[in-house]
Amino acid sequence: MAIQTGNTLLQIAFLFYVSSLAGYLLFLVRQKEQIQKISFYLIAIGVGVHFAGIAVLGVAIRSLPVQNLVQNLSMAALAFGVMFLYVRYKFNLKMLGLFTAMILSVTMLAALLLPDTQAPPNEALKGIWFYCHIILIFAGDATLGLACGAGILYLLQEKGIKDRNPGFFFKRLPSLDFLDTVSHACITTGFFLLTLGLVTGFVYAKVLWGKFWSWDFKELFSMGAWLVYAVLLHLRLYAGWRGRKSAIMTIVGFGIIVFTFLGVNLVLGGHHQEFTK
Amino acid sequence: MPNIILIGINHKTAPVALREKLSFSEEETLAALEILKQHPGIREILIFSTCNRTEILYVATRSGTVDALITFLSGCKQVSPSEFVPALYILRKDEAIRHLFRVASSLDSMMVGEPQILGQIKQAYRMAVKAGTSRVLLNRMMHKSFSVAKKVRKETGIGDNAVSISYAAIELANKIFSDLSTKTVMLLGAGEMAELAVDHLISHDVRQIRVSNRTFENAVSLAERFNGRALGFEERVNALTDVDIIISSTGAAEYVITADQVRKAMKKRKYRTLFFIDIAVPRDIDPKINELSNVYVYDIDDLKTVVSSNIQQREQETVKAERFVSEAVIKFRQWLDSLAIVPTIKALNDKMTAIVDMECDKTLSHLSHLPEPDKDAIRRMTQAIASRVMHDPIMFLKHTGGHRDDSLYLNVARQLFNLDMLENQ
Repeated sequence: MAIQTGNTLLQIAFLFYVSSLAGYLLFLVRQKEQIQKISFYLIAIGVGVHFAGIAVLGVAIRSLPVQNLVQNLSMAALAFGVMFLYVRYKFNLKMLGLFTAMILSVTMLAALLLPDTQAPPNEALKGIWFYCHIILIFAGDATLGLACGAGILYLLQEKGIKDRNPGFFFKRLPSLDFLDTVSHACITTGFFLLTLGLVTGFVYAKVLWGKFWSWDFKELFSMGAWLVYAVLLHLRLYAGWRGRKSAIMTIVGFGIIVFTFLGVNLVLGGHHQEFTK
Repeated sequence: MPNIILIGINHKTAPVALREKLSFSEEETLAALEILKQHPGIREILIFSTCNRTEILYVATRSGTVDALITFLSGCKQVSPSEFVPALYILRKDEAIRHLFRVASSLDSMMVGEPQILGQIKQAYRMAVKAGTSRVLLNRMMHKSFSVAKKVRKETGIGDNAVSISYAAIELANKIFSDLSTKTVMLLGAGEMAELAVDHLISHDVRQIRVSNRTFENAVSLAERFNGRALGFEERVNALTDVDIIISSTGAAEYVITADQVRKAMKKRKYRTLFFIDIAVPRDIDPKINELSNVYVYDIDDLKTVVSSNIQQREQETVKAERFVSEAVIKFRQWLDSLAIVPTIKALNDKMTAIVDMECDKTLSHLSHLPEPDKDAIRRMTQAIASRVMHDPIMFLKHTGGHRDDSLYLNVARQLFNLDMLENQ
């Protein structure tokens, strides 16, 4: 019963995300501030409903609802939505809403379409270290996803200016400096969260299996993504990797994260496998 | 009939060197107004001076005032009339009114739609009010010009567009840098357009200005004007490390900044963004520099492309704005015409007759026992009272001439009897 309620709430959240996406697309064309505000509120309400849905599911199964692929997608989308609200509160980057609405709509659509197989309760997926690991990793990945969004917007704006042909996006996007600032702020925050997420993951692995590191594919790719961002932050500081190069790196980095999240389970296997059936 | 005249020079008729010679500072304007208001042929006057124009708008009561003003300008500014008279335009009546409205609406600006002009006009008006040289006609005309300008700004898009090269450059700078107030601009060489661009950057909060010129003296005097710092011409390459926007307009035949110099500078400045605006023909900045990352180079043709992408929309908006101006001119003209003696007296008589007729009808409808001849007698009597009451005011208005400002009294009469009801609605 509770699971049914939770799923209904997720469906309602999906509707909010899709209407917000429609709103943002309209805003992209028409540039009416009112439309942008409404679209933003739609996402915000959607995130609220989504949170309630996941909370209901969590109470029903007495754990974080990340037991199968559908639940993982839904959790990832929620993390993305929450982090978007935070970043949007810090920076007035309106077009990031369009990117977020796209990601949320697609992710939730996948979550609603894929079969929601009920995994048997897994006692391994509990405990404070596990919760911290999951929440931090999801929040970190989401923030790095937003960095990627800001990076894409940067490349769009940069191309027009570089080609001396400011076109459709010129008026619709803020300055390069600002986009770079937002992207950088997201990278630093996301990297920090990701680092903590990995550390708690190691601790959790030590508690569960008695060892920090087990050469699992997901571990390897996570470390790979972490290294990309570490190198990017380092190069920015010491070699002036900002702007275009940094924007491309955020997209590469987020690509690795998405592959780590989905691809590794689907293609390569490993001990994270069972979490995302 | 009061004669509204506007004489002046602007960016279309005179080069900057001449405009500079004829420009008035605030103190000079006030002093000039004090002198000119003594002139018997000038009833109201206003002087309007910006970097792009110097204009004198006044109400003349006799002929010969234009020559008098030319003599005054020449004496006051130490410029011989032969030097500026060819650039001078003299507009009368509707043309003068239309010109003022177009200037206030920024339709006559070098950058059509630029917003500063209205503030400058308001300032000029304030000075005329302070000097006591703006009265009925100019008051009304200036207020009308403010409202037209506001309408144009609000209801047409001409203010939104990058309508000039220099504005396009600023728009680009705003899309590259998020906060211009923290950026440093370097001006290489000198030139009207480059200086205009720097002026605009300053009005967009840029505070740090460097000026580099082959002739150091010129650099010093320009730097003084912009409140900036002068650099030797050889220092320009090292300065690339610190500045963010470079506006170049030297007369050099070859590039004054090469790709190699910028590549080295970018490394030193940790690839913080550089923006080159190359106004010079032939070009000063090697176009290859645009290929370096985080460096953007726009030459004059690129800026023109940016402007022309807005041009079609601008033309539509300008047509709309010109229509607003024409409407305002017609309305003002109607008011001006009504300010003549005959229409005012006619309006007064009409109003009195209407009141008397209405009151008579109202009263007589209750006195049905009276025979028709008596009713007529009462009607005649009330008409006579009204005529007698109005006789002296009308005689006063009719007594024109002398040194009296007729439009002032006509305006008072019209307001006293509320004759402009329709116009004010």
